[in-house]
Formats: sequence, structure tokens, C-alpha cells
Amino acid sequence: MPYETVIGLEVHAELQTRSKMFCACPVVDSTRAEPNTAVCPVCAGMPGTLPVVNRKAVELALRVALALECEIAPLSLFARKNYFYPDLPKGYQISQYEYPLAQRGVLRIETARGEKTVRIRRVHLEEDTGKLIHMQDPDGQSFSLVDLNRAGVPLLEIVSEPDMHSLEEVRAYATTLRAILRRVGANSGDMEKGVIRFEANVSLRPSGSQTLGTRVEIKNLNSFRAMERAIAYEIERQTDLLQNGQAVQQETLGWDEAAQVTVSQRSKEEAHDYRYFPEPDLPPLVIEPEWIEQVRANLPELPQAMKKRFIHNYGLSAGEAVLLSEEEAVARYFEACLEQAGDSIAPRTIALWITGEIFGWLNQSGEKFENLRVPPAGLVDLLRLTAKGIINLNTAKLVLNEMLASGKPAHAIIEERGLIQLDDAGQIADIVAKVLAEFPREVASYHQGKTTVFNWLLGQVMRQTAGRASPAVARAELERQLAGSKGN
Amino acid sequence: MTLTLAEVEHIAQLARLHLSEEEKIRFREQLSAILDYAARLQQVDTRDIPPTSSVLPPRSRLREDEPRPALPQQVILANAPFPYQGYFRVPPVLE
Ligand SMILES: [Zn+2]
Repeated sequence: MPYETVIGLEVHAELQTRSKMFCACPVVDSTRAEPNTAVCPVCAGMPGTLPVVNRKAVELALRVALALECEIAPLSLFARKNYFYPDLPKGYQISQYEYPLAQRGVLRIETARGEKTVRIRRVHLEEDTGKLIHMQDPDGQSFSLVDLNRAGVPLLEIVSEPDMHSLEEVRAYATTLRAILRRVGANSGDMEKGVIRFEANVSLRPSGSQTLGTRVEIKNLNSFRAMERAIAYEIERQTDLLQNGQAVQQETLGWDEAAQVTVSQRSKEEAHDYRYFPEPDLPPLVIEPEWIEQVRANLPELPQAMKKRFIHNYGLSAGEAVLLSEEEAVARYFEACLEQAGDSIAPRTIALWITGEIFGWLNQSGEKFENLRVPPAGLVDLLRLTAKGIINLNTAKLVLNEMLASGKPAHAIIEERGLIQLDDAGQIADIVAKVLAEFPREVASYHQGKTTVFNWLLGQVMRQTAGRASPAVARAELERQLAGSKGN
Repeated sequence: MTLTLAEVEHIAQLARLHLSEEEKIRFREQLSAILDYAARLQQVDTRDIPPTSSVLPPRSRLREDEPRPALPQQVILANAPFPYQGYFRVPPVLE
């Protein structure tokens, strides 16, 4: 029986504030700071302390919620989520439960079958936990270490409806959401630092069925890769179970990165009785309509709107538009190039050079786009030289690679290495004649009908000119001379 | 409404409390009395009345995002029974 996969995603994103959610402790890079150096009585859970909400955290949450087209609650409540774990010093996490900050939004994603809308169930504010490190004594005794630097850092939880049906959709959802979080300034998107984490719920149902199957929850997915692998593993595991007539157990799973399998977390299941209740130490969170309008008015152009504008105004494909709109720095670069180029170069040509040559070079060199050494004017200069026929296309690619590596301008590289396109018909004719004389056997086989030899001969001509010959002139001349040599 | 002993044990487990047999019986009675009182409140018709989640006036007192110095590490760890290289050392937590 064919099954349909049903996936919902919970995304936890740290909000980029300078101080913590409920106290004035500085937010530090918890992967680098000395342990327990950004902690105060409030975030250490000392008795008698009181939380006070960080305005900036609420503002960033509003930015995300509005970017996701959510309805903002004029009044939302903080709640205590009670459980015991050493990374949670108070014995509860301040979160939002029945009355979240925002609900009912949408995220539009790009898939191979076109645009798709994933509904957002809710967006709420909470605080992050500390970090645990697991250790072993020399005598084999296990213990854990607690660092509370991260405890109390503002966290945004974004919960989707179970609207996704494939890994491709989950991937598109996660990357699109990350792009939005970055664009509105809510989160750095720096996955290695753990500032975005995922939880997925996965179930299967017979294709065509409208009822949901039994679902599992996979927790602690800290990278795109872990998320994709864990979901892929679960789809396979559940398919096997159902096909063998067995039932899927509703449970909480963890992802074992080393073994690449999901593992049951029964201990956490027991603790699922969180006994939420309204946080007595915090008044309801009131959001005035004026604040909402002010935040809405200050939202930047979002990646999706930008993508549509690129497709519509510049004739890009959806894929090219996504690549150029996802990252703010890339989008700004592309638009700066367009401005520099004016009418002299087609927008799509510029788009293809960025997504093809520049991205290719970045991939290969491992450099970051932010450190690109070719300014927009530099790329446009190169493309102008190409458009004018001063250098040919292949040479332009070589020159760009050197520009990217050295930061030198195009004209300097072209002069230094004598790369100006050779389009003197007389000179090219001499070279063609020389090549034909050098390879009589190939010429003969061409005349016997092996036409693929033509490109090989053209390649020889290009080689003789170190790639500088105008391909159009060389091709025409080769055709002319070969026709002339027939029957010799 | 009387709680079962199993329910008392579950609540004790959630609160990480070890109860003696005698305590389980005593708390079962006390907790049941509290639940009975709550059950009386439940009988009040609260349709169309929004829940009271806070007795504070619904006006947000928000803090500007200005970091202030945290406490020194040794002060934060001063009450820790087993500090360890700047960390709190605790019994092993199995993931
Ligand atoms: Zn603090």
C-alpha cells in the first residue's frame, strides 16, 4: 500500500538581543565564552528574584510573526512549563502556552511543483536553557557539567501545521524560514552555533486518507542535515512497520548522530506532564495596535517578495531568483550590479554570472560571500569587456576566477596576461591553415563524414591562440578552409 | 474525589520527592481534600468570563535591551556543592 508522509516542524530560534529575555545579563556566544560568566540571580533561578520582559525580544518576535503573516494577540500570557533537568535552574521554563503571542500565519515555499503554502500554527516567546556537557572521570565515573550562560536567552518557537509531505518540502520550509529570520534581523542563522534548532513530528497514512496516522516526535535536531536524515530514517522505519502489519508507537525520539538512527526517549515521555500554569511573576503581555503597525511599517522587503520581483522585473527563473534573494548580501550585490550596468548588460546575464561562476568559485574555495573581493562595478566591467568582444566568454571566466582570487580588476589581468580577444581574420586564417597542415589524418576523417572531428580541430585552433581567438571568427574560418580542402 | 496511591506516586515523581508509605497515605488525604475544594469551584458557571491569569493590571512593563554586568563566575558557583572548572558538576544526565 502506498503511504503519504505527513510532517510538521517546530523551530526554535534564538533572538538576537544584547541582553537576556528576563534579566539584563549579556547574551554571549555560548560556544566560546567562559562557562557561567553571563549569569545573574534571575537566570540562575535564585529564590526571590523577578523576571522583566526584554522589549527588543518582543519586537523581534513581532517582526518574525508579521513576516509570517500571523495574527498578533493584543494580550498574550507567559506560562510556566514545569520539568526537572539540570540545564533548567528554576525547575520550570517561562514559555507561552494557551495564549501565544501570534497565531495562524503562513510560509510560502518554492518546490519543484511550484509555490506551496505551509500554515503556521503559532509563534511564541520563551527562554533558552543552559548547556550540558557529558564527561567521564579517569576512573570511568560519568558526570555532567552545567553552563548557564545560555539560560534565559530569548527564544522564539515557530510551530507549523502538519502540512509538509516530503523531505524536499521540509528542506524548503527550513531554509525559507531561516532566510526570513535573518532578513528581519531576528537571528544570525549561524547553525554551527546552535542558534536554530528543530523538532519534527512525522506520521504516515495511506495515500488519499484524510485522517492522521500515529505520529512520533523527534527532538534535538541541531542542523539541517540531522533534521533531514532523522526524518528520512523515520519515514523508512514507519513504512517498514506498516508494511509488515505492525503499528507505529506514539513516542518521543532523539536522533543519534553517531549511529544515524532515531532512539526512543521514554524518560522524557514520563516528564511530558508539564503542568503549565500562568506565570504569576509576569503581567499579561500587552501589544498595542500602534506597536504592531510600527513594526509592520519597518519590515524590510522579505526574501519572497524580492524573489517575485526578480522573476517579474528581470526575467529570472524561480531557482535563480531564490538563490539571489535568500541572502541579503547577495541580493544587495545583484542589485548593485544592475545599477552599475544600466542597460548595457541584461539582468539575467548578471544573475547567471553570480549564481554560476561566483557561487561556483565560493563553493570550491570555501570563501564566504561577505568577503568577496570583486565589487559589483568590477563584475560589470568584466561583463562589458565580454559584451564588447574585447575578451571571449571562456577567457572572461578565467579572468573572473583570477579576479576572485586576487582582487585585481579585470583590465589589469587582461593586460598582464595578454588575453585580449584575437579577431583578426588574417591571423586566425594562418593559424587554421597551420592546424589543418599538422593534422591531415583528422582532416581526412572529417571529410569521410566524421563531423565530430570539427570541434576537436576548433579546439586545436583555440589552443594555438591560448584561448584568445574569437570563437565565431575561428569557427567560420575553419569551416571555410575545410570546405576548400575537400577532395585534396 | 479520592486520589489513588498510584496518582500520589506519579505526582511525587514529577516533583522529585521520595515519600514513605506513611506519607503517601497522609498526602493522599490532604491532596484529595484540596481537589474536593477545587471541585466545588468548578461548579461555578464561568461561561463567557475570561480566565483571570494575573491580578496585575494588564499593562506591559518592558525592559530596554541594555546588558548589565553579570555576576562573577566564582560568585555564581559559590553555593555549588561541586564546582568543576567553572561549571556546576552534577550527577550524570542520560540523554
Ligand atoms: Zn541573568
